[in-house]
Amino acid sequence: MSGSILSAEGLVKEFRGFRAVDEVGLDVADGSVHALVGPNGAGKTTLFHLLTGFHKPTAGRIVAAGRDITGYPPERVARLGLARSFQITSLFAQMTPREHVELALQSATSLGWRFWRSDKVLHRFRDRALELLAEVGLTEQAEQPADSLAYGRKRALELALALALDPKVLLLDEPTAGMGMEDVARTVELIQRVRAGRTVVLVEHNMQVVGALADTVTVLQFGKVLVEGPYEQVRADPRVIAAYLGDADAAH
Amino acid sequence: MIVARLAGRPLLLAAGLVVALVLPWLVYPPVAMDIACWALLAVAVDLLLGFTGLLSFGHAAFWGSSAYVAGLLAIHAGVPFPLAVLGGGVFAAALAVPIGYLSVRRTGIYFAMVTLAFAQMVYFVANQWRGLTGGENGLQGVPRELFGLDLSDPFVFYYFGLPLVLAGLWLAWRIVRSPFGRVLLAVRDNSARARALGYPVDRYKLLAFVLSAGLAGLAGGLFAISHGFASLQEVYWTTSGKAVMMVVLGGIGTLWGGVLGSTLVVQLEDYLATAGFDGIGIITGTVFVLVVLLFRKGIWGTVAAALRPRLARASGSGSGSGSGSGSGSGSGEAAGSPESGPESATTDQAPTGPPDAKT
Ligand SMILES: Nc1ncnc2c1ncn2[C@@H]1O[C@H](COP(=O)(O)OP(=O)(O)O)[C@@H](O)[C@H]1O
Ligand SMILES: [Mg+2]
Repeated sequence: MSGSILSAEGLVKEFRGFRAVDEVGLDVADGSVHALVGPNGAGKTTLFHLLTGFHKPTAGRIVAAGRDITGYPPERVARLGLARSFQITSLFAQMTPREHVELALQSATSLGWRFWRSDKVLHRFRDRALELLAEVGLTEQAEQPADSLAYGRKRALELALALALDPKVLLLDEPTAGMGMEDVARTVELIQRVRAGRTVVLVEHNMQVVGALADTVTVLQFGKVLVEGPYEQVRADPRVIAAYLGDADAAH
Repeated sequence: MIVARLAGRPLLLAAGLVVALVLPWLVYPPVAMDIACWALLAVAVDLLLGFTGLLSFGHAAFWGSSAYVAGLLAIHAGVPFPLAVLGGGVFAAALAVPIGYLSVRRTGIYFAMVTLAFAQMVYFVANQWRGLTGGENGLQGVPRELFGLDLSDPFVFYYFGLPLVLAGLWLAWRIVRSPFGRVLLAVRDNSARARALGYPVDRYKLLAFVLSAGLAGLAGGLFAISHGFASLQEVYWTTSGKAVMMVVLGGIGTLWGGVLGSTLVVQLEDYLATAGFDGIGIITGTVFVLVVLLFRKGIWGTVAAALRPRLARASGSGSGSGSGSGSGSGSGEAAGSPESGPESATTDQAPTGPPDAKT
């Protein structure tokens, strides 16, 4: 049980000589909620891209559920049960939220290859899709084109898409960014609910959200791990206060 | 969406079918067959351009190689012509497997260039392999055999060839409105997101490429049978360009647009040729530029957009049957930017994203 489900060793990502992620080691305990925090540009999103196969590491190793997944393409990582959301909302402009979620649900089947069948077969995912949309509070917008949704609603759809994959590890890049208070509370509550039986890795700027959810917090700065530990401990760490947390906490 | 809904309308379909059936009465019958063949080629190109976001500039390779294969099958094996055409289509699809495998990793203009390069290689082979293709002279004397029926009259042949084209068009429509087609739209609109959902995007693109090549092959094979010969023109790059032009003219991502584009271009060329006009390319090129400048969504896309408000009112909310089918949002990745760096799988991080929350 309490082993690590996702870990990284000596992970490096260089962009033309610039080290966005610099020798990062990470151990995400199975069943935990693990928050990644740090100032803008610390390398959190880049680390997410590495963990989910969207970037190939310059150096280092990634292990998920005992399997070395270094260099796996994103779709293969996703199929192994690591689902992610994007910091910058990444949707299909012309599809409705329901169609988005149906497409995500379909990916677990081989239906996607059936070019000789009618797309009406996607209706079999409809009920589940509407259920998931209800969970994230998108029932009313279920049939609107995604690009007409408000920013916070798009964030909610991001979350629904990741959930639709029923992942073992849920990686969320700033799920509450740009959301109003009410939506933030709803999202925290939702993550608390869906974490059962899962592991959650979370990039989050809102320290109340981190405090409410995270078992472990890793603080990144300049691409390196600055501190790692339980929230209360990390929050009190003088280096962290200096680097980041103090300001952010004071702002709340 | 509206275009897809329009395309699915039985009334429109019936009208299209009627036009297809009376076409040899309206135009010179061999031209009618040309229109049908080119329409299928254009639709095959649109399957990639409009519904997958890939601009192929090499479909002459599939149209042309199938023309040769169908011709050779008809000459040497004496098979009934539909079988020869199918054989050509299968050959084109098979040829598309290695070409597609090596091309689909590229996007945008790079994909267009790679497909063009492969098509030029096919042209080179066809030109060199004189013993088989007849080189500059072309492959002459392709028969139209069908259980001893007399198909020499182009008017009669049209009605024997048309079902093949209609079957091809139906398959294209089926593909676009299948679960597979849904994934293709996702790939076109946001391939990074499609991958994050677990879809192996390159493999989906490859299957789309092979299916499209097979359809282009059907068209090219029938074209060779209809003309009684296959020439180097069939594998020349201008053939690829003409097909792309038809799609852009008619409307990308509409399927009907390719049919319309083919009808206009083939007719115009035939008209200019019979009028003894020399600079056909100048005229068709000018029309092309004008249409692209005046109607950015192509003719079909523009008409559909003009009908949209009226239709929306007529059909009420129209929720249930929603489909994400292409609304000709344009060239997708076709003219888009190449991926950020060779090592990054995708670019989901736009350089100018929304600012992060406070730090
Ligand atoms: N594709 C890229 N090319 C070049 N530099 C990049 C790229 N992606 C991120 N960076 C740089 O890497 C650093 C870390 O970025 P990022 O991981 O997005 O930070 P965070 O998510 O912690 O705010 C930043 O300085 C950013 O400019
Ligand atoms: Mg980030």
